[in-house]
Amino acid sequence: MSSVVEGLYRQLGLTDEEFERILGVLGREPSRAELAMYSLMWSEHCSYKSSKVHLRRLPSQGARVLQGPGENAGVVDLGDGVAAVFKIESHNHPSFVEPFQGAATGVGGIIRDILAMGARPAASLNSLRFGDPAEPLQRRLLEGVVAGIGHYGNCVGVATVGGEVSFDPCYAGNPLVNALTVGFMPAERLLTGRAEQPGDLAVLMGAKTGRDGIGGASVLASASFEEGDDAKRPNVQVGDPFQEKLLIEACLELGERRLLRGLQDLGAAGISCAVAEVAARAGMGMEVDLDAVPLREPSMEAWEVLVSESQERMLALVAPDRLDDVLEVCRRWGILANVLGEMTEPEGSGEPRGGAPVNRGIVRVGFRGEVVAEVPAASLADDGPVYSRPLVRPDPPADGALAEVPLDAEVAGAVLALAADPTCASKRWVWEQYDRFVGHGTVAGPGSDAAVLRVPGSGRAVALATDGNGRYSALDPAAGAALAVAEAARNVACTGAQPIAVTNCLNFASPERPEVMGSFAAAVDGMAAACQALGLPVTGGNVSFYNESSGRPIHPTPIVGVLGLLEDPGAAVPSAFPRPGLDVWLLGETRVELGGSAWQRLTTGHLKGRPPALDLAAEAALHRLLVTLATRRLLAAAHDLSDGGLALALVEATVATGVGATITLPPGVPPLAALVSESASRVLLAIPPASAEELATLAAEAGVPATRLGTTGGDRLVVPGLLDLPVSGLRGTYEAALPRALGELA
Amino acid sequence: MRIGVVTFPGSCDDRDARTAVASMGGDPVPLWHGDGDLRGVDAVVLPGGFSYGDYLRCGAIARFSPVMGAVAGFARSGGPVLGICNGFQVLCEAGLLPGALLRNAGLRFVCREVEVTVESTATAWTSACTAGGSLTIPVKHGEGRYVHDDPAALAAAGQVVFRYAPGHNPNGSLADIAGVRNPAGNVVGLMPHPEHAVDPLLGPTGGRTLFESVLTARV
Repeated sequence: MSSVVEGLYRQLGLTDEEFERILGVLGREPSRAELAMYSLMWSEHCSYKSSKVHLRRLPSQGARVLQGPGENAGVVDLGDGVAAVFKIESHNHPSFVEPFQGAATGVGGIIRDILAMGARPAASLNSLRFGDPAEPLQRRLLEGVVAGIGHYGNCVGVATVGGEVSFDPCYAGNPLVNALTVGFMPAERLLTGRAEQPGDLAVLMGAKTGRDGIGGASVLASASFEEGDDAKRPNVQVGDPFQEKLLIEACLELGERRLLRGLQDLGAAGISCAVAEVAARAGMGMEVDLDAVPLREPSMEAWEVLVSESQERMLALVAPDRLDDVLEVCRRWGILANVLGEMTEPEGSGEPRGGAPVNRGIVRVGFRGEVVAEVPAASLADDGPVYSRPLVRPDPPADGALAEVPLDAEVAGAVLALAADPTCASKRWVWEQYDRFVGHGTVAGPGSDAAVLRVPGSGRAVALATDGNGRYSALDPAAGAALAVAEAARNVACTGAQPIAVTNCLNFASPERPEVMGSFAAAVDGMAAACQALGLPVTGGNVSFYNESSGRPIHPTPIVGVLGLLEDPGAAVPSAFPRPGLDVWLLGETRVELGGSAWQRLTTGHLKGRPPALDLAAEAALHRLLVTLATRRLLAAAHDLSDGGLALALVEATVATGVGATITLPPGVPPLAALVSESASRVLLAIPPASAEELATLAAEAGVPATRLGTTGGDRLVVPGLLDLPVSGLRGTYEAALPRALGELA
Repeated sequence: MRIGVVTFPGSCDDRDARTAVASMGGDPVPLWHGDGDLRGVDAVVLPGGFSYGDYLRCGAIARFSPVMGAVAGFARSGGPVLGICNGFQVLCEAGLLPGALLRNAGLRFVCREVEVTVESTATAWTSACTAGGSLTIPVKHGEGRYVHDDPAALAAAGQVVFRYAPGHNPNGSLADIAGVRNPAGNVVGLMPHPEHAVDPLLGPTGGRTLFESVLTARV
């Protein structure tokens, strides 16, 4: 073996065993270009080699699922011939190394995933996690990430309509940037990255290829951070949203005019990945001409061209007789388009071997008169290593594990303290930097329980929410993941929408640690159980491992995005009290549950006890009830209870509109606990008093506890004898908290 | 009535402007930046977005596109032209409107609903508005701080069309100016987005009267 190759594979992140495997596949030593391709395609980020065996346990089937995991994004049927395409993806490590570009290109990447299915990207949500916003480094990260998300989304004309942001010291060395995009399309126009027959052409569209982002998926995304990692900055890609905007419009026009067989985005591992996936999916090979790739730097070597993660590129699969039309559309939109490859017949016998048919589609890559790579497509795309890594499952917290939170604080002070906490408080500082209007579809935007979007070409709307509480997951990963599913679906149901599908982003530390792998496995189990019980298929998503810095892991942080369907956009239920004179009700049961709570974090700083108990059947009944109530137009407002419990829900329901309320607290628990406990499966409602009887009857039929708390009205939030605060003052506290933490307010 | 909506490379709100025109009873006509022909439209909207990426000064490249030659001729002959956000920037760059738009005072992109006061109804796009009345319309921009050498003279000439209401100036614009017109009143530019404020399902509807103005004036 040449010492060059030997030195190289380790540098590229391949293990000795993986290198042996490559030798076995090829029957010879790989070229430099082939080694680069395998190192990227077999990286954790691209191959899911550590997570694959677990992800199979997630339910992915459902009557509405048109496309489950495995394609660029999941697709669900919304009825009337319209489909929604949605997916969430992480860009954590690039965002730590270079916050603005890292976050911007994360948005650009997920938008191209949606586009690749043929849909017009309509809106995005983001789940962000940072350390203490008062620290200068965290402030720089937050500012850079938010500006990057805004810059990219605003410039491409995709509305940013929701998400969540929270702060915890565990993310100080490894922030999380998870971006979700949803798009809509006529279902019959659904594209897949699939060529149909040999001779079909692969046309590379969009930006020139440069040296940016080389090794992004392997060196950056599939390893932990250590000291001195500034050197990884060149591994981060640089985004050009203008180029992406042109690419979007050109691709949509190609789809509308039915000039495409398929479409594939270029993301991690660049041309290597796109070519291998396209060929492997079709069971064909591809003859690739790298000389057709427009280069930013003419001195680039073949392996660099193959794995560059330069942004704003797509691969269109085109029948030869449509090529001229395709090139004309690209020319009109001012984007480059070149024939990169041609689909070829599979080579070899195709006979089954060891039970599975042998796929001999060969990707053969020519560059400057030489064949620089010649590898079976499936060996790159599908047949990479799969690891059942050793795992140690976490012990669930003992029954008697206590949250150890004092409950002797003064009630008004507690409400104000929660409203002043940057994690609980308003994120207006963040979302005012995002265009939420573009696209003429945002019925409910940031600040609502869930975003509500009108669906073009249909009389319906969808609701979307993302959630995930790392503190709960740190205490009990299975419970934390299930609670994330429940909360996101509950947020969606609060708008009156029926939750129908899930996308997930599983953010964990190094899979090479048995305890991390154990918490990952537990989280998958918890998520699977919740999705089963709530009837929610997981249509796609992303796993992000190695979220740790200098050996300090993040909390296990499964983020869940739930999509819901709302029959009538005009019936969308708001989350704040719209007017005085309404009855205030609480659905669900309040227990003293403070493990992992915001109140525990604020008062003690520790993380102890058990997360709130979750009865999945009760949760499902609650969602059904909410949809029924909304359909019957009984709800004037509905607001999920989660972080900060009833206290924060009341603050949010009053400050948004300035409409106050006078309420009594739910019985059976101490007053402070009634306000700050985070018991699951609860929703705050406002209804016209005339509907009270119907509400009570329907809730009883559904088996959901319903308690009348009081009425809306006035300009104060009042719990007689305990609490009497002006809503305007609460609003000031709630709105000022984040700017104050960032040093922008005295 | 046929209202042309120009698509520059990088326009984002062109589709929404066409939707708004259609919802108000107009007939939206897509116009392409590379064509020097306005297809016989009765009015032109230059929409929001990031024409040519706005990597140079906003609107600085778009003003040189073939369609802008036609728009300038149309404007000179009295045709109604509305520039929204990036379209306003393009009109200022093209010299069809006075002043310029600079980076927001807060140095950040700002997206929020603002209240503006109608200062002039002597324009093709505000004739149906109430003078002194207020409209709630969203803004969303990073470079919307209006500047002019002599804002008092501009106001005296009646060329200030919209001002941000007290406390609503999102970008540090001089004299709270949100929108201006040319001396003849057929060309108007503003930073707020009337096309995003026509449908009650989606929020405030302060943009409707701008479209009503042009639609009723010429029918």
